[in-house]
Amino acid sequence: MRAFTQHQGIVAPMDRSNVDTDMIIPKQFLKSIKRTGFGPNLFDELRYLDEGKPDQDSSQRPLNPDFVLNQARYKDASVLLARANFGCGSSREHAPWALEDYGFRVIIAPSFADIFYNNCFKNGLLPIVLEEEQVDRLFREAEATEGYQLTVDLEAQTVTTPSGESFSFEVDNFRRHCLLNGLDDIGVTLEDAEQIRAYEDARRKTAPWLFNSVNQ
Amino acid sequence: MAGKTLYDKLWDDHLVKQRDDGSALIYIDRQLLHEVTSPQAFEGLRLAGRKPWRIDANLATPDHNVPTTDRDKGIDGIVDPVSRTQVETLDKNCDEFGILEFKIKDQRQGIVHVIGPEQGATLPGMSIVCGDSHTSTHGAFGCLAHGIGTSEVEHVLATQCLVQKKMKNMLVKVNGKLGRGVTGKDVVLAIIGKIGTAGGTGYAIEFGGEAIRGLSMEGRMTICNMAIEAGARVGMVAVDDTTIEYVKGRPFSPIGEQWDTAVAYWRTLHSDDNAVFDKVVELDGAAIKPQVSWGTSPEMVADVDGQVPDPAKEEDPIRREGIVRALKYMGLQPNQAITDIQLDRVFIGSCTNSRIEDLREAAAVVKGRKVAASLKQAMVVPGSGLVKAQAEQEGLDKIFIEAGLEWRDPGCSMCLAMNADKLGQGEHCASTSNRNFEGRQGFGGRTHLVSPAMAAAAAVTGHFVDVRELLN
Repeated sequence: MRAFTQHQGIVAPMDRSNVDTDMIIPKQFLKSIKRTGFGPNLFDELRYLDEGKPDQDSSQRPLNPDFVLNQARYKDASVLLARANFGCGSSREHAPWALEDYGFRVIIAPSFADIFYNNCFKNGLLPIVLEEEQVDRLFREAEATEGYQLTVDLEAQTVTTPSGESFSFEVDNFRRHCLLNGLDDIGVTLEDAEQIRAYEDARRKTAPWLFNSVNQ
Repeated sequence: MAGKTLYDKLWDDHLVKQRDDGSALIYIDRQLLHEVTSPQAFEGLRLAGRKPWRIDANLATPDHNVPTTDRDKGIDGIVDPVSRTQVETLDKNCDEFGILEFKIKDQRQGIVHVIGPEQGATLPGMSIVCGDSHTSTHGAFGCLAHGIGTSEVEHVLATQCLVQKKMKNMLVKVNGKLGRGVTGKDVVLAIIGKIGTAGGTGYAIEFGGEAIRGLSMEGRMTICNMAIEAGARVGMVAVDDTTIEYVKGRPFSPIGEQWDTAVAYWRTLHSDDNAVFDKVVELDGAAIKPQVSWGTSPEMVADVDGQVPDPAKEEDPIRREGIVRALKYMGLQPNQAITDIQLDRVFIGSCTNSRIEDLREAAAVVKGRKVAASLKQAMVVPGSGLVKAQAEQEGLDKIFIEAGLEWRDPGCSMCLAMNADKLGQGEHCASTSNRNFEGRQGFGGRTHLVSPAMAAAAAVTGHFVDVRELLN
């Protein structure tokens, strides 16, 4: 996984709450057996005027001029500013894959859905929770100033505005550690292989039915 | 000292290691796999040269992409080549790693969240994961069941553990007895309407109270299934006689002495009387009416005798904007009566409502009636091959077919429209599924979430109607 330490980038404000994972990447694109290539279909139904199909050349499709990411000023955005409960709905990791593939590295919102939040960390994408009032302010500033950028420092756990004002954010220590170092968390867990085996041995004695083979 | 909640007990029983940083390793007893969220996980294992930790803890089946017609053709019956590749990839991966899979032509194939309980592969007290958010369904058995992403699917395959931080405890207590014609689906929609789609975020929800205790396992599964629609990854119901009765005699259930030991343990799987919850929400079950969703989020629900809301009356600007947007997408007017919503299609199925009891409830309503001429389609998609066989044995298929509903083969079908079953643009559908998000059932499609009985009532009238008026 790509490590994340600091990032500075243009902010795209997406002003709607409860953005669900069906909206982030519609189901017809979940048929891929790969982890990459979802970027052109990020927010497909909001971004294009026609119905998206897998394996089509999206560069030829009619764009929805009202959608935020289609505005020239947000073309190179890498920080997505969002509203409450972002990423609700399904567990599809295709949602963070699509955001990452499009070029986003950071998503800032007042709250995220649990599974989506967790999936982001596995893909070098940093979801940041800020207070509702802080998010409101960033929305106003990003909409008012073309080329508005934010600087995010995971080590220091801060988001800094162009005027130099900083907001601090909370992040779980383990996730922060893995993201800062680009660690494969399977490798980290396997360092405890002995403890997993010891748990299994003990559990097998008290609850043997849990270890009956389903391969009957 | 405060007692433990059911979630506390399940957590403690699966804790392998508590790390200093607050995260923990939780042992996973069962992983269910399907074709959509597993290919990248298997590929990851191969790239890293890793093997599954415990092969026989896994059970797989294709469900999201499978067609609901022409199933005797097997994989060749999947017209879309991309869908076909995904199902073939699951077969190949399971064959390569030796994982038990109910393949497309196996009668035991079905929606993962239907076949786990049906087979006894879901047992009380287990920790269960699946790369699907509706894994919370299995919590109906007093299980710790999480929906996970693909990276976590790979993590569980490789380590049999999940890295988790303990959630907070919430009790949703539904008091009193449910009225006639009011089902688990109406209860859970009413709960989501009350606490909102983020109301359960960060919590494990235990559903309790007299109304929940009075439900069958099917009804409890429907409720836990939609815990994620309230934002909670985990939903649970305590083990009781209903649970144990359901589990007994299933293919993978323990037998003999193991059964007795297991039952003794399962009987402890309830919250202690003096357990403390971080949050408690109470509802009066007797007051719950049949529910219909009118908007594009499962919290946008109304009583069947209610109305579509008027955004002008909403004070919060973000919520107001949400209502305006939803009404525009849904093609509805403020203050429109729910019973005035005209329908194009009816879908009875999905991991929320495709079990035998759901089909019985729907059949009881359509029996002796006909699908309204104004409808383009009304379809019934059983949750598994075994549910289908049982329904046919009970003659339910004939009731549906005589009434003019289509009787299909098992799969996720029009719940998320990854196969050929989908809504056309602008079409309204009475659906027993779990999500009414924009485009969920097809590009521009308009979903209304309801119970199987309410969907059946809508099928025979062409619009929403209080099913209680049709019940004898």
